[in-house]
Amino acid sequence: MDSTTVIAVASIATAGLTITIGCICPALGEGRAVATALTSLAQQPDASSTITRTLFVGLAMIESLAIYCFVVSMILIFANPFWNHFIAQTSGK
Amino acid sequence: MNLTSDQVVLWHHGFMKLNETVVTTWVMMFLMVLGAKLITRKLVTGGAISRWQGALEIIVTVIEKQMKDVGLDEAAKYLPFLGTLFVFVATCSLCIVIPGFQPPTGSLSTTAALALCVFVAVPLFGVGEQGLAGYLKTYTEPTLIMLPFNIISELSRTLALAVRLFGNIMSGVMIVGILLTITPFIFPIFMTALGLLTGMVQAYIFTILAGVYIAAATQSAKPKANLRVHTKQLNPALSK
Repeated sequence: MDSTTVIAVASIATAGLTITIGCICPALGEGRAVATALTSLAQQPDASSTITRTLFVGLAMIESLAIYCFVVSMILIFANPFWNHFIAQTSGK
Repeated sequence: MNLTSDQVVLWHHGFMKLNETVVTTWVMMFLMVLGAKLITRKLVTGGAISRWQGALEIIVTVIEKQMKDVGLDEAAKYLPFLGTLFVFVATCSLCIVIPGFQPPTGSLSTTAALALCVFVAVPLFGVGEQGLAGYLKTYTEPTLIMLPFNIISELSRTLALAVRLFGNIMSGVMIVGILLTITPFIFPIFMTALGLLTGMVQAYIFTILAGVYIAAATQSAKPKANLRVHTKQLNPALSK
């Protein structure tokens, strides 16, 4: 295998792994957050506006972890710096 | 496939480049400023207000109330900055319903610029509120050992602000783009609707986080008396 193939294989496999693991963990965290928020909503319906606001902010913060993984995998596939570097090298030869 | 609208260069001369992001941002800025000028041209304080003025008043009062809720006491002072951030990001997200529109916030350069504004504004407001020494002292709280971590957190939260907004908006645009090639008729509409929701939530989050950072920089020295009262009210068992 030449270096471009190695980079392609590694990038694609890593992109898949990144988005897989990066979805599982925030999903667990978001599930916990929503479950706790529902429990507290049931206990204190008067505080619903505060709970909902904090829940949304917290969810977006957790969600952004998954988004970071998505950004990394998108960079690996569409804007891979190593890939571009080696393509430029081989075409320059 | 273009990851961002930065890669569409419309005009370039020497080292000056004009890509789609910049042009879209300028058009949006122009339209928003023009709209705000037109609406605020004849404001009335009493009697029947126009519908547009009512809409603007709703936006302003809601942002101010939300800022007060997260602990920014003098919300009106920071309203021009935070409100501008919110209105710009929200309008960019709302405009994705226009066909062919590439939201400027779906490019890392725009979101990095917005995050840098927050990065610069927080120390400015902090110094203005409690003086240079008072602001620098907040870095050494609770102890001096935390100084490097506070500096790192200042940098990393700016990065997180930029990447969060960029990732959310870009993923929404990209998912719709991919779905258009797979299931072109109904399903992309639902994803666009989801993108609208995500965009509004992200605009809210961006503004709230900027407000929280400013609140932390401007009023860290004050005791948290309000918080204690709230805990007692909410949970009577604790106050015994």
